[in-house]
Amino acid sequence: METVIANSNFKSEEYFINMGPQHPATHGVLRLLLTIDGEIIKKVEPDLGYIHRSIEKMCERDSYQQIVHLTDRMDYLSANINNEAVCLTVENALQLEIPDRVKVIRTIIGELTRIASHCLWWGVMGMDVGALTTYFYGFRDREMINDIMEETCGARLTMNYNVPGGLMFDIHPNFVKRVKDFVAHFKTKIPEYNRLLTDNIIFQKRTMGVGILTKEDAISYGASGPVGRASGYSCDVRKHHPYSAFDRVSFTECLETEGDTFARYKVRMAELWESLSIIEQLIDNIPEGEHRVATNAVIKLPKGEYYQKVETARGELGVYIISDGVKSPYRMKFRSPGFSNLSLLSHIASGGKIADLVATMATLDLVIPDIDR
Amino acid sequence: MTNEALQLLIKDWAPEAEFTEEGSQYLNVLVKPEHLHDLMEILKFNSETSFDYLFCLTGVDWGQALGVVYHLESTQYRHIIVVKSQTEDRENPRLDSVYDIWATAEFHEREVYDFFGIKFNNHPNMKRIFLTDEWDGFPLRKDYVDEINMVIK
Repeated sequence: METVIANSNFKSEEYFINMGPQHPATHGVLRLLLTIDGEIIKKVEPDLGYIHRSIEKMCERDSYQQIVHLTDRMDYLSANINNEAVCLTVENALQLEIPDRVKVIRTIIGELTRIASHCLWWGVMGMDVGALTTYFYGFRDREMINDIMEETCGARLTMNYNVPGGLMFDIHPNFVKRVKDFVAHFKTKIPEYNRLLTDNIIFQKRTMGVGILTKEDAISYGASGPVGRASGYSCDVRKHHPYSAFDRVSFTECLETEGDTFARYKVRMAELWESLSIIEQLIDNIPEGEHRVATNAVIKLPKGEYYQKVETARGELGVYIISDGVKSPYRMKFRSPGFSNLSLLSHIASGGKIADLVATMATLDLVIPDIDR
Repeated sequence: MTNEALQLLIKDWAPEAEFTEEGSQYLNVLVKPEHLHDLMEILKFNSETSFDYLFCLTGVDWGQALGVVYHLESTQYRHIIVVKSQTEDRENPRLDSVYDIWATAEFHEREVYDFFGIKFNNHPNMKRIFLTDEWDGFPLRKDYVDEINMVIK
């Protein structure tokens, strides 16, 4: 076949093709301008901003309690962790002593959020490469977490459970039992996930050796989360800059060295086990105490600059506040993991096929509102 | 490396740099735009500092001056430094791009250009990233006015 093409006088020509903004594999309103030659990708240029809401500008007008509500509209699959990030920044700036109970509950909820996010990612990843069943499996198990969240704080997606100073309510009396039930249930499901997708030879052929990212590039492009860790780059904020209760649990940072699409897949699958383990270590030892410490109705941060990083399901979220001492920040910046992870897409997808781009993009786990903010 | 040791090193490399730790958990360095690129290069490639991870790049409108804040971390030593640079030229603000040092800066600098209008010298693709090309003004500047879309409280 190849010799035929090589011997013929066909001239190839580069051309543009639009992928998105309404393409199912772009997971939201992301438009990719592909420069291709035949089916080989030469360049991927993302066109962003379809759902930009200028959250950073709105923050300059809002109070710190209000800002918390904006953050779960960024990466809506890590809503709780985003909320926590802002709350931690404000609490550190005010030097509030947060009760142990709050720290432990935040950690449990954060890990539940991570599992729910990874479940959705796993389902959608399978669907992107042509396996529709995974979607139903992933959503079935994610639903249990959503139910727990609903009972705890009344919301299923944008929780707003964290407030500066602690939690909006105490946990529901059923919380501990339901979380334990979920952990027991989910432990039997991950092997099922593996039988269905991970061990599938077609899936492996689609993902192995595709979209390779080296460790040096991962650091240079500011990759974080599973994307960075699949390239052997130790970047887990929970390990390097522990917050909440992560300093009192033992867990392994899941690292792979191949840096390809399958490695990113494996890291997330391994993280499911680690999250379950973290929850198990904490769920029986939730300390008694207050679920919230009082703050002033109007929170004014002392003049200065504050930075807090947390590990969301997608990677490192940074919250940077410049305060000049009034009720709203002078400047607020969210360093979102998706934005940096997207910036390396062109680098790792160039030279591959369009079908590989879909698989690669699925393991970058992009959430567009997180990129567009 | 401790902040004091870092400060001594940087004083050596960029004598005019100003330091402050006040009101920030990290060591802050303010450098003049003309020394920015040189200092950044040393910060990354010197084996003692090895700041290989640019984890946040923020545009800021300080009122008089427009500038950029770079948060750097070393993945080897895990120390963090904040580098700032600013220009008082609001009509045609320019800073040197650091995308050749950290690839992540390419997108982040485009974001800063989009919202603050700071142009980065030697940037490979200096155009808006979120807003449309015909957008008027730079929304995150403090003097930006948009009576239709902005709700002022």
